[in-house]
Amino acid sequence: MSALQPSELDRPTLARDRSAADADLKSVSAALRRAEFGDRMRSLLLAAPLLVLLALSFGIPIVLLLSRAVYDPTIADALPKTTAALTGWNGQGLPGDDAFVALAADLKDNQAKGTAYELAKSLNARLPGARSQVLKTVRKLESADGQAALGAIKSVPFWSAPSTWPTIQNGTRSLTSFYLLSALDLRWNADGGIERVPPEQAIFIQVFLRTFFVAASVTLATLILGFPLAYLIANVPKGLAAILIVAVLLPFWTSILVRTAAWTVLLQKFGLVNDFLLFIGVTGDRLDLMYSRIGLIIAMTHIQLPFTLLPIYSVMRTIPPSQMKAAYSLGARPFTAFRRIYIPQVFPGVMAGCMLTFILCLGYYITPALIGGASDQLISNFIANYVNVELNWEMAAALSFILLVFTLALFGIFARVLGLDRLKLV
Amino acid sequence: MLLSPYPTAGERIRITLLWLWCGLVILFLLVPILIPVPLSFNSGAFFIFPLEGLSTRWYEVVLGTQRWRSAIGNSLIVAFGTTLIATTLGTLTAIALSDEKFPGRRIIMPLLLSPLIVPVVITAVGSYLFYARVGLASTYAGIILAHTALASPFVVVTVGASLTGFDRNLLRAAAISGAKPLTSFFRVMLPLILPGVLSGAAFAFVTSFDEVVVVQFLASAGQRTMPLEMFIGLRERLSPAITAAATLMMALSIVLLVIANLLARRGRTAPNA
Repeated sequence: MSALQPSELDRPTLARDRSAADADLKSVSAALRRAEFGDRMRSLLLAAPLLVLLALSFGIPIVLLLSRAVYDPTIADALPKTTAALTGWNGQGLPGDDAFVALAADLKDNQAKGTAYELAKSLNARLPGARSQVLKTVRKLESADGQAALGAIKSVPFWSAPSTWPTIQNGTRSLTSFYLLSALDLRWNADGGIERVPPEQAIFIQVFLRTFFVAASVTLATLILGFPLAYLIANVPKGLAAILIVAVLLPFWTSILVRTAAWTVLLQKFGLVNDFLLFIGVTGDRLDLMYSRIGLIIAMTHIQLPFTLLPIYSVMRTIPPSQMKAAYSLGARPFTAFRRIYIPQVFPGVMAGCMLTFILCLGYYITPALIGGASDQLISNFIANYVNVELNWEMAAALSFILLVFTLALFGIFARVLGLDRLKLV
Repeated sequence: MLLSPYPTAGERIRITLLWLWCGLVILFLLVPILIPVPLSFNSGAFFIFPLEGLSTRWYEVVLGTQRWRSAIGNSLIVAFGTTLIATTLGTLTAIALSDEKFPGRRIIMPLLLSPLIVPVVITAVGSYLFYARVGLASTYAGIILAHTALASPFVVVTVGASLTGFDRNLLRAAAISGAKPLTSFFRVMLPLILPGVLSGAAFAFVTSFDEVVVVQFLASAGQRTMPLEMFIGLRERLSPAITAAATLMMALSIVLLVIANLLARRGRTAPNA
């Protein structure tokens, strides 16, 4: 019955189907299917505007950004003649003179078009130090033609270095794994295998590990602080519970920026936290909490605590106290009852809260930027820095790609194992 | 309920320790958000207790100077625009999704919620890249569009929750009584789910008003919002004006979200007519 919307009844075609229905069951089910199809299309149409808007304002931008991580035509576009000259080259030693001539011609074209700097920057991302060499060569080529150009380019030792031409050949392929590998501190070696970059160039693995470490520390801290409070709120009389829950929700409703601002005030050398530590005698000296790892973890713990606590509380609320009493009356010691009756039931809530906090911590940007020191910047800060300061979109895209893979994988596990309903926080 | 009727000494100690620990956690939760309030009324220029004296000079800075006033104006433009679009489209989508016949609900729901999960820097950088190409960078429209993506999940969820208490037979009854679909929406459905819609709108407003990362990438110098002005101020020089701005923003979001939650609660317990 529910499939037949009354609004369909006044449609003449459907009315005819209905009258035939008594005789022919088949036509009834066909009409039902048609009506259902209409309903489906109508509800899809209702959802369409938001879905389209989300695709435009959220989906396409992210796909576009991620595509920059694997698609970089800058070098291929800038060096068309060199690209053609290198097609037959096997990558061993130095290419023939025709490649040098083609490169000289390409460089002159770039200088004429004003794109030489962009090319230099793009090569520099793959081959540190290339920027100044390219610009130097371009200047030398200005007054050289033909054979002189070949001489000019060969007079710069950079172009005869062993790693230069393989890098250029790699760069002429628009579809590249270079940036994704770089984001994991990996690179192609001369034999076509993947190797770790030398330790002095490796930065990103360390940043990812740092991000994971901070996220894990914050998750653990919120659990230690939040679990007992959730238990208390779930087990006190209603009125008191309402007051306590407001104490959790007030910071939850305050924006991350405002809370980060509050912590920058609190963590100052002459701020309240140092006053407090001196007062209780934990330290004899004022600590440098601003721009430190510990300050960052404290502030992030404060911001994330409600995210961990609320899913735990919403599960604890559903566990009747009589269960624990039954366990006691059957002779279980408090710890046994807690471990074998209570913990298994609240476990999904604990998992939901901890996973949510961990996932959100991976993407922190504001708090590390304002409270963390230079060695406490998380992966999001590196992404922003590559866009704002280095203007290296490809590297920003590659780091985003990897961060997004981690985030979405965890979110997928969350949705699959725990269900999206556990995302509801109030 | 915490103590059994005949508590042992060990139990008493455990419960006392629990209370003590929770008291400390509550202090940890509340003190940081309350700290900016007294500081914002401090007459001195430093963040050190004890305060020098009571004054509203920092509020005069925030509400009086051109820089902050234009930031407040920009914030309001963006937040109202976002609220309008996110609430309208989010409500329509929630209604569509509340129909159990909606195709692919299990796929669409995680997609709709993903703006909450995807690290906001990625959203911001992606929008910056795409909007620059289509001419939306440094426009209010661009910022509003990006904020709508971040705010609409809240509307879909809150309206969706209020729709679980909505009896679809009412729409059938309205149709039988001769109401056109639009009429039955405005006169039957909307009044019943209005608490949920308003609550979603408040969530959307606060999400946009508090947002700083997307704005940082998309806004031109003249489009700085209040949070962005705060962020820049915090990076450059800590001024007590920031505590005044923080107090104002905190008051606004707390008031709006208290209303939103009261409405949401009312929406969920709405009588099933």
